[in-house]
Amino acid sequence: MPIDILDPNVENSIEEEIRHQDTMCVNESEIEHRWYDNLKYMVIGLAFGVVFVKAEIISWFRIQEMFRFQSFHMYGVIGSAVVVGMLSVLLIRRFNIKTIEGETIVIASKTFNKGQIYGGLLFGFGWAITGACPGPLFAQIGNGASVVLVTLLSAIAGTWVYGYFREKLPH
Amino acid sequence: MLEFLRNPWPWYVAGPLIGLTIPALLLVGNKSFGISSSLRHICAACLPANIPFFHYNWRKELWNLFFVAGILVGAVLATALLANPDPVVVHPNLAADLAQYGITDFSKLMPIQVVNWSSLFTLRGFLMIIVGGFLIGFGTRYAGGCTSGHAIMGLSTLQWPSLVATCCFMLAGILMANFVLPFLLAL
Repeated sequence: MPIDILDPNVENSIEEEIRHQDTMCVNESEIEHRWYDNLKYMVIGLAFGVVFVKAEIISWFRIQEMFRFQSFHMYGVIGSAVVVGMLSVLLIRRFNIKTIEGETIVIASKTFNKGQIYGGLLFGFGWAITGACPGPLFAQIGNGASVVLVTLLSAIAGTWVYGYFREKLPH
Repeated sequence: MLEFLRNPWPWYVAGPLIGLTIPALLLVGNKSFGISSSLRHICAACLPANIPFFHYNWRKELWNLFFVAGILVGAVLATALLANPDPVVVHPNLAADLAQYGITDFSKLMPIQVVNWSSLFTLRGFLMIIVGGFLIGFGTRYAGGCTSGHAIMGLSTLQWPSLVATCCFMLAGILMANFVLPFLLAL
Protein backbone atom coordinates (compact mmCIF):
# COMPACT_ATOMS: atom_id res chain seq x y z
CA MET A 1 0.00 0.00 0.00
CA PRO A 2 1.48 3.40 -0.91
CA ILE A 3 2.21 5.66 2.01
CA ASP A 4 -0.23 8.52 2.25
CA ILE A 5 1.96 11.47 3.10
CA LEU A 6 -1.06 13.64 3.65
CA ASP A 7 -1.93 11.62 6.70
CA PRO A 8 -0.43 13.71 9.52
CA ASN A 9 0.53 10.64 11.54
CA VAL A 10 2.47 9.11 8.67
CA GLU A 11 4.11 12.43 7.98
CA ASN A 12 5.11 12.69 11.60
CA SER A 13 6.66 9.27 11.61
CA ILE A 14 8.64 10.01 8.43
CA GLU A 15 9.81 13.25 9.98
CA GLU A 16 10.71 11.36 13.14
CA GLU A 17 12.71 8.82 11.18
CA ILE A 18 14.66 11.44 9.25
CA ARG A 19 15.39 13.28 12.45
CA HIS A 20 16.75 10.15 14.09
CA GLN A 21 18.96 9.13 11.17
CA ASP A 22 22.56 9.06 12.23
CA THR A 23 22.11 11.44 15.06
CA MET A 24 22.39 10.73 18.72
CA CYS A 25 21.42 14.10 20.02
CA VAL A 26 17.77 14.14 19.19
CA ASN A 27 15.38 16.25 21.13
CA GLU A 28 13.18 13.85 23.09
CA SER A 29 11.20 16.54 24.82
CA GLU A 30 7.55 16.74 23.80
CA ILE A 31 7.01 20.13 25.34
CA GLU A 32 6.82 23.15 23.03
CA HIS A 33 9.26 25.85 23.98
CA ARG A 34 9.90 29.46 23.05
CA TRP A 35 13.30 30.32 21.61
CA TYR A 36 14.58 31.94 24.79
CA ASP A 37 14.04 28.71 26.71
CA ASN A 38 17.10 27.56 24.79
CA LEU A 39 19.28 30.01 26.72
CA LYS A 40 19.54 27.31 29.41
CA TYR A 41 21.55 25.22 26.97
CA MET A 42 23.75 28.18 26.19
CA VAL A 43 24.64 28.42 29.88
CA ILE A 44 25.56 24.71 29.97
CA GLY A 45 27.56 25.19 26.76
CA LEU A 46 29.31 28.15 28.31
CA ALA A 47 30.55 26.11 31.27
CA PHE A 48 31.59 23.41 28.83
CA GLY A 49 33.57 25.92 26.73
CA VAL A 50 35.43 27.17 29.80
CA VAL A 51 36.46 23.61 30.70
CA PHE A 52 37.53 22.96 27.10
CA VAL A 53 39.93 25.89 27.16
CA LYS A 54 41.18 25.59 30.72
CA ALA A 55 41.94 21.87 30.53
CA GLU A 56 43.56 22.43 27.10
CA ILE A 57 41.27 19.81 25.55
CA ILE A 58 41.06 22.01 22.46
CA SER A 59 44.83 22.12 22.09
CA TRP A 60 46.29 20.58 18.96
CA PHE A 61 49.35 19.66 21.06
CA ARG A 62 47.30 17.69 23.60
CA ILE A 63 45.62 15.72 20.81
CA GLN A 64 49.00 14.88 19.25
CA GLU A 65 50.26 13.70 22.66
CA MET A 66 47.17 11.52 23.03
CA PHE A 67 47.59 9.81 19.66
CA ARG A 68 51.33 9.38 20.23
CA PHE A 69 50.75 7.95 23.75
CA GLN A 70 52.92 10.69 25.28
CA SER A 71 50.41 11.92 27.84
CA PHE A 72 47.64 10.47 29.97
CA HIS A 73 45.75 13.78 30.10
CA MET A 74 43.18 13.22 27.31
CA TYR A 75 42.62 9.58 28.27
CA GLY A 76 41.99 10.75 31.82
CA VAL A 77 39.54 13.42 30.65
CA ILE A 78 37.53 11.13 28.37
CA GLY A 79 37.70 8.16 30.77
CA SER A 80 36.54 10.09 33.83
CA ALA A 81 33.84 11.86 31.79
CA VAL A 82 32.47 8.47 30.72
CA VAL A 83 32.54 7.15 34.31
CA VAL A 84 30.69 10.20 35.65
CA GLY A 85 28.23 10.09 32.74
CA MET A 86 27.62 6.38 33.28
CA LEU A 87 26.97 6.81 37.01
CA SER A 88 24.62 9.75 36.33
CA VAL A 89 22.59 7.78 33.79
CA LEU A 90 22.52 4.82 36.18
CA LEU A 91 21.13 7.00 38.98
CA ILE A 92 18.59 8.65 36.66
CA ARG A 93 17.34 5.24 35.54
CA ARG A 94 17.49 3.60 38.98
CA PHE A 95 15.48 6.32 40.70
CA ASN A 96 13.44 7.22 37.62
CA ILE A 97 14.43 10.86 37.96
CA LYS A 98 12.36 13.24 35.82
CA THR A 99 13.41 16.41 34.01
CA ILE A 100 12.83 19.77 35.74
CA GLU A 101 9.61 19.98 33.72
CA GLY A 102 8.47 16.57 34.96
CA GLU A 103 9.06 14.57 31.77
CA THR A 104 10.38 11.02 31.87
CA ILE A 105 13.93 10.92 30.58
CA VAL A 106 14.31 9.12 27.26
CA ILE A 107 17.62 8.10 25.74
CA ALA A 108 17.42 6.97 22.11
CA SER A 109 19.28 3.75 21.45
CA LYS A 110 21.75 3.53 18.62
CA THR A 111 21.58 0.86 15.94
CA PHE A 112 24.73 -0.39 14.32
CA ASN A 113 25.55 0.32 10.70
CA LYS A 114 28.83 0.20 8.79
CA GLY A 115 28.88 4.00 8.73
CA GLN A 116 30.18 3.90 12.28
CA ILE A 117 33.28 2.17 10.93
CA TYR A 118 33.86 4.10 7.68
CA GLY A 119 32.75 7.43 9.08
CA GLY A 120 34.56 6.78 12.35
CA LEU A 121 37.83 6.22 10.51
CA LEU A 122 37.40 9.34 8.36
CA PHE A 123 36.61 11.46 11.40
CA GLY A 124 39.63 10.00 13.24
CA PHE A 125 41.90 11.22 10.43
CA GLY A 126 40.37 14.69 10.65
CA TRP A 127 40.65 14.74 14.44
CA ALA A 128 44.38 14.02 14.35
CA ILE A 129 45.04 16.56 11.57
CA THR A 130 43.12 19.49 13.05
CA GLY A 131 43.43 18.58 16.72
CA ALA A 132 39.69 19.12 17.02
CA CYS A 133 36.40 17.34 17.13
CA PRO A 134 33.28 19.38 16.35
CA GLY A 135 32.94 20.87 19.86
CA PRO A 136 36.52 22.09 20.13
CA LEU A 137 36.20 23.75 16.70
CA PHE A 138 33.84 26.29 18.26
CA ALA A 139 36.10 26.67 21.31
CA GLN A 140 39.27 27.10 19.21
CA ILE A 141 37.59 30.01 17.43
CA GLY A 142 36.58 31.49 20.79
CA ASN A 143 40.15 30.99 22.01
CA GLY A 144 41.36 33.33 19.26
CA ALA A 145 42.37 31.03 16.41
CA SER A 146 40.13 32.86 13.92
CA VAL A 147 41.28 30.78 10.93
CA VAL A 148 39.53 27.75 12.50
CA LEU A 149 36.36 29.42 11.24
CA VAL A 150 37.45 28.07 7.84
CA THR A 151 37.86 24.58 9.35
CA LEU A 152 34.34 24.88 10.77
CA LEU A 153 32.87 25.99 7.44
CA SER A 154 34.67 23.11 5.78
CA ALA A 155 33.21 20.72 8.37
CA ILE A 156 29.72 22.08 7.61
CA ALA A 157 30.46 21.52 3.91
CA GLY A 158 31.58 17.96 4.73
CA THR A 159 28.30 17.31 6.54
CA TRP A 160 26.37 18.69 3.57
CA VAL A 161 28.29 16.54 1.07
CA TYR A 162 27.59 13.49 3.26
CA GLY A 163 23.88 14.33 3.16
CA TYR A 164 24.06 14.69 -0.62
CA PHE A 165 25.71 11.29 -1.20
CA ARG A 166 24.06 9.53 1.72
CA GLU A 167 21.93 7.14 -0.34
CA LYS A 168 24.92 6.01 -2.41
CA LEU A 169 27.27 5.34 0.51
CA PRO A 170 27.53 1.90 2.12
CA HIS A 171 25.86 1.76 5.52
CA MET B 1 42.21 30.30 44.05
CA LEU B 2 42.59 32.51 40.99
CA GLU B 3 46.06 31.07 40.56
CA PHE B 4 44.55 27.58 40.49
CA LEU B 5 41.92 28.65 37.96
CA ARG B 6 44.51 30.24 35.70
CA ASN B 7 46.76 27.20 35.55
CA PRO B 8 45.75 24.38 33.19
CA TRP B 9 43.07 22.29 34.90
CA PRO B 10 44.00 18.65 35.55
CA TRP B 11 42.07 15.81 33.90
CA TYR B 12 40.40 14.73 37.15
CA VAL B 13 38.72 18.14 37.35
CA ALA B 14 37.88 18.55 33.66
CA GLY B 15 36.72 14.98 32.93
CA PRO B 16 34.06 14.79 35.66
CA LEU B 17 32.80 18.29 34.75
CA ILE B 18 32.39 17.17 31.14
CA GLY B 19 30.68 13.99 32.32
CA LEU B 20 28.20 16.11 34.29
CA THR B 21 27.07 17.72 31.03
CA ILE B 22 25.16 14.48 30.34
CA PRO B 23 22.82 14.64 33.36
CA ALA B 24 22.63 18.44 33.07
CA LEU B 25 21.22 18.24 29.52
CA LEU B 26 18.95 15.30 30.37
CA LEU B 27 17.54 16.93 33.50
CA VAL B 28 17.10 20.38 32.01
CA GLY B 29 15.19 19.27 28.94
CA ASN B 30 15.55 15.61 28.00
CA LYS B 31 18.40 16.32 25.60
CA SER B 32 21.03 13.74 24.69
CA PHE B 33 24.53 15.16 24.64
CA GLY B 34 26.04 15.49 21.17
CA ILE B 35 27.77 18.21 19.23
CA SER B 36 28.34 17.13 15.62
CA SER B 37 24.58 17.27 15.00
CA SER B 38 24.87 21.05 15.23
CA LEU B 39 26.63 20.94 11.84
CA ARG B 40 23.69 19.04 10.39
CA HIS B 41 21.22 21.54 11.86
CA ILE B 42 23.19 24.37 10.26
CA CYS B 43 22.91 22.61 6.88
CA ALA B 44 19.19 22.01 7.44
CA ALA B 45 18.63 25.64 8.39
CA CYS B 46 20.80 27.29 5.72
CA LEU B 47 21.05 25.03 2.69
CA PRO B 48 18.71 22.03 2.81
CA ALA B 49 18.44 21.94 -1.05
CA ASN B 50 16.49 18.84 -2.11
CA ILE B 51 18.31 16.52 0.26
CA PRO B 52 15.89 14.51 2.42
CA PHE B 53 18.57 14.18 5.11
CA PHE B 54 18.26 17.91 5.76
CA HIS B 55 14.46 18.11 5.67
CA TYR B 56 13.31 17.90 9.24
CA ASN B 57 12.15 20.37 11.82
CA TRP B 58 15.54 21.82 12.75
CA ARG B 59 13.87 24.46 14.89
CA LYS B 60 13.12 21.70 17.36
CA GLU B 61 16.87 21.13 17.65
CA LEU B 62 17.67 24.81 18.10
CA TRP B 63 18.83 24.00 21.63
CA ASN B 64 21.88 22.30 20.09
CA LEU B 65 22.89 25.51 18.28
CA PHE B 66 22.50 27.50 21.52
CA PHE B 67 24.69 24.89 23.21
CA VAL B 68 27.53 25.28 20.68
CA ALA B 69 27.18 29.07 20.75
CA GLY B 70 27.66 28.76 24.51
CA ILE B 71 30.86 26.77 23.93
CA LEU B 72 32.21 29.59 21.77
CA VAL B 73 31.29 32.28 24.31
CA GLY B 74 32.69 30.18 27.17
CA ALA B 75 35.97 29.85 25.29
CA VAL B 76 36.10 33.63 24.77
CA LEU B 77 35.48 34.24 28.49
CA ALA B 78 38.03 31.66 29.64
CA THR B 79 40.60 33.14 27.28
CA ALA B 80 39.88 36.72 28.34
CA LEU B 81 39.57 36.21 32.09
CA LEU B 82 41.44 33.05 33.04
CA ALA B 83 44.22 32.86 30.46
CA ASN B 84 47.34 30.97 31.43
CA PRO B 85 50.25 33.37 30.76
CA ASP B 86 52.74 30.53 30.28
CA PRO B 87 53.22 28.60 27.05
CA VAL B 88 51.60 25.17 26.65
CA VAL B 89 53.71 22.46 28.30
CA VAL B 90 54.45 19.95 25.56
CA HIS B 91 56.04 16.52 25.97
CA PRO B 92 59.78 16.88 25.13
CA ASN B 93 59.65 14.16 22.47
CA LEU B 94 56.74 15.87 20.75
CA ALA B 95 58.47 19.27 20.98
CA ALA B 96 61.66 17.85 19.47
CA ASP B 97 59.71 16.15 16.70
CA LEU B 98 57.66 19.25 15.86
CA ALA B 99 60.80 21.42 15.78
CA GLN B 100 61.87 19.50 12.64
CA TYR B 101 58.83 20.94 10.88
CA GLY B 102 59.37 24.47 12.17
CA ILE B 103 56.75 24.25 14.92
CA THR B 104 58.45 25.87 17.88
CA ASP B 105 55.83 28.34 19.14
CA PHE B 106 53.82 26.88 22.04
CA SER B 107 52.43 30.20 23.25
CA LYS B 108 48.90 29.35 22.05
CA LEU B 109 46.82 26.19 22.22
CA MET B 110 47.10 25.87 18.43
CA PRO B 111 50.34 25.58 16.44
CA ILE B 112 50.07 29.13 15.08
CA GLN B 113 53.00 28.64 12.70
CA VAL B 114 50.90 26.16 10.73
CA VAL B 115 47.33 27.16 11.47
CA ASN B 116 47.02 30.80 10.42
CA TRP B 117 45.34 32.83 7.67
CA SER B 118 48.40 33.15 5.44
CA SER B 119 49.17 29.42 5.53
CA LEU B 120 45.65 28.77 4.26
CA PHE B 121 46.97 29.23 0.72
CA THR B 122 49.86 26.80 1.08
CA LEU B 123 49.44 23.08 0.41
CA ARG B 124 50.15 22.23 4.06
CA GLY B 125 47.68 24.79 5.35
CA PHE B 126 45.05 23.72 2.83
CA LEU B 127 45.33 20.08 3.88
CA MET B 128 45.38 20.81 7.60
CA ILE B 129 42.66 23.44 7.72
CA ILE B 130 40.28 22.71 4.85
CA VAL B 131 40.68 18.99 4.19
CA GLY B 132 40.94 18.29 7.93
CA GLY B 133 37.72 20.19 8.57
CA PHE B 134 35.94 18.41 5.73
CA LEU B 135 36.90 15.02 7.19
CA ILE B 136 35.49 16.06 10.58
CA GLY B 137 32.13 17.06 9.11
CA PHE B 138 31.80 14.19 6.65
CA GLY B 139 33.15 11.53 9.02
CA THR B 140 31.14 12.47 12.10
CA ARG B 141 27.87 12.53 10.20
CA TYR B 142 28.67 9.25 8.42
CA ALA B 143 29.50 7.73 11.82
CA GLY B 144 26.40 9.29 13.36
CA GLY B 145 28.26 11.14 16.08
CA CYS B 146 31.55 12.46 17.33
CA THR B 147 33.56 12.25 20.51
CA SER B 148 30.69 13.70 22.52
CA GLY B 149 27.79 11.75 21.01
CA HIS B 150 29.58 8.42 20.64
CA ALA B 151 32.59 8.33 22.97
CA ILE B 152 31.03 10.14 25.94
CA MET B 153 27.23 9.88 25.63
CA GLY B 154 27.22 6.55 23.77
CA LEU B 155 29.67 4.78 26.07
CA SER B 156 27.98 6.22 29.17
CA THR B 157 24.72 4.64 28.06
CA LEU B 158 26.45 1.34 27.19
CA GLN B 159 25.70 1.38 23.46
CA TRP B 160 28.02 -0.98 21.65
CA PRO B 161 27.77 0.75 18.24
CA SER B 162 29.33 3.75 19.98
CA LEU B 163 32.19 1.58 21.19
CA VAL B 164 32.81 0.49 17.59
CA ALA B 165 32.78 4.13 16.46
CA THR B 166 35.09 5.23 19.29
CA CYS B 167 37.60 2.49 18.47
CA CYS B 168 37.58 3.62 14.83
CA PHE B 169 38.12 7.27 15.85
CA MET B 170 41.11 6.26 17.96
CA LEU B 171 42.58 3.81 15.46
CA ALA B 172 42.45 6.33 12.60
CA GLY B 173 43.79 9.11 14.82
CA ILE B 174 46.74 6.99 15.92
CA LEU B 175 47.54 6.04 12.31
CA MET B 176 47.22 9.63 11.10
CA ALA B 177 49.23 11.26 13.90
CA ASN B 178 52.10 8.77 13.78
CA PHE B 179 52.39 7.74 10.14
CA VAL B 180 50.74 10.33 7.88
CA LEU B 181 50.80 13.67 9.65
CA PRO B 182 54.64 13.80 9.66
CA PHE B 183 54.49 13.86 5.84
CA LEU B 184 51.85 16.60 5.84
CA LEU B 185 53.87 18.70 8.29
CA ALA B 186 56.98 18.27 6.14
CA LEU B 187 55.24 19.81 3.09
